[in-house]
Amino acid sequence: MILRAFRYLGQHTLRYLAVLGYASRMFGIVLCAIPRLGRRLRLVMDQLYFVGNHSLLIIAVSGLFVGFVLGLQGYYTLNKYGSEQALGLLVALSLVRELGPVVTALLFAGRAGTSLTAEIGLMRAGEQLAAMEMMAVNPLSRILAPRLCAGIIAMPLLAAVFSAAGIFGGYLVGVGLIGVDTGAFWSQMQAGIDVTGDVGNGVLKSVVFGVAVTFIALFQGYEAKPTPEGVARATTRTVVLASLTVLGLDFLLTALMFH
Amino acid sequence: MNKSTLDALVGLFVLVGIVALLFLALKVGNMSALSFTPTYMVSAHFENIGGLKVRAPVKSAGVVVGRVAGISFDDQRYQATVTIALEQRYHFPKDSSAKILTSGLLGEQYVGLEAGGESDSLAEGSIMSMTQSAIVLENLIGQVLFNRAADGGAKKEPPVMRK
Repeated sequence: MILRAFRYLGQHTLRYLAVLGYASRMFGIVLCAIPRLGRRLRLVMDQLYFVGNHSLLIIAVSGLFVGFVLGLQGYYTLNKYGSEQALGLLVALSLVRELGPVVTALLFAGRAGTSLTAEIGLMRAGEQLAAMEMMAVNPLSRILAPRLCAGIIAMPLLAAVFSAAGIFGGYLVGVGLIGVDTGAFWSQMQAGIDVTGDVGNGVLKSVVFGVAVTFIALFQGYEAKPTPEGVARATTRTVVLASLTVLGLDFLLTALMFH
Repeated sequence: MNKSTLDALVGLFVLVGIVALLFLALKVGNMSALSFTPTYMVSAHFENIGGLKVRAPVKSAGVVVGRVAGISFDDQRYQATVTIALEQRYHFPKDSSAKILTSGLLGEQYVGLEAGGESDSLAEGSIMSMTQSAIVLENLIGQVLFNRAADGGAKKEPPVMRK
């Protein structure tokens, strides 16, 4: 009875380690296939359209609304300590350092990640990947590498759009609606935010999140069970795993960058 | 969708992203830290620099005229040596004084320059002779307590002597 429990534990740990090793190897192979995409730019452009352009609307609108909320909540709290002039700094710091990269990554995982997983899972279910291997076309470099490259390019751009839209939203609510002084809003922000320290680190974070989210989506799709149910489960696993990874990596990167 | 339309849309997306990045870098961030105005180096010795950091502003009459370029310890004189990068367009007399001041009550510390009266100006590599160190809170509190104790002792004397 106890032996069975131990065997179960051991089996699952070993299987988990095997999956981790397999995923790391695949990550290495796909990453090395990216430089060779220089001649197949068409593939990357197609993927960049599906992953970037289609996410632009949700990212921009979400950024705007997050900016609105930051402006309101920030004002109510700062007002208690007489520091409403620092509203611009509060909104911009929160967005550029944390909310921009993290929320964009979560939204990206939900929108682009799930569509990537579903697409590749259906390719697997329809035996397209097997057919490709028969034709001596490596699916890792033909299918996965362009999508990973597109994800890495799109994420920092989307995070920047989110932060910019959020700051604009904070400006609309703070200066337009509530009446904080516009000069104080921008000057405090410009005095307090360091380009390399804050904006640069935010961009670096979004690149790391882009790599993580896109690869998790691709791996889950590639390893999905070739049934409709398997694809559905893989899609759910993408969102859960990518979200947890983003939040965990965020803690790690914040501790490394801002100490 | 044909190729050229797709390319145009992807290009537009990348353009929007780059514009957002530029907005964040220029309008939101503090680009003055990366300014490329020509500067000349001047150094000054301080007994105690307090909380002065590299890249702290150097102000004269409240206007930023340079940045602190480097801070080091001189183990011949046992004082701190602060290297200041002053913008080329501002000239200060050789006997200008440097003080370490705090912006606001608990804000960051900066170097304040007050012009002297000499006709010769500071040049690259000059050393400022008149400096005033930062105010250390513990020394200030110690001074206040010492003064209170001295006043308390002095007050006890006069009544006895008058009578």
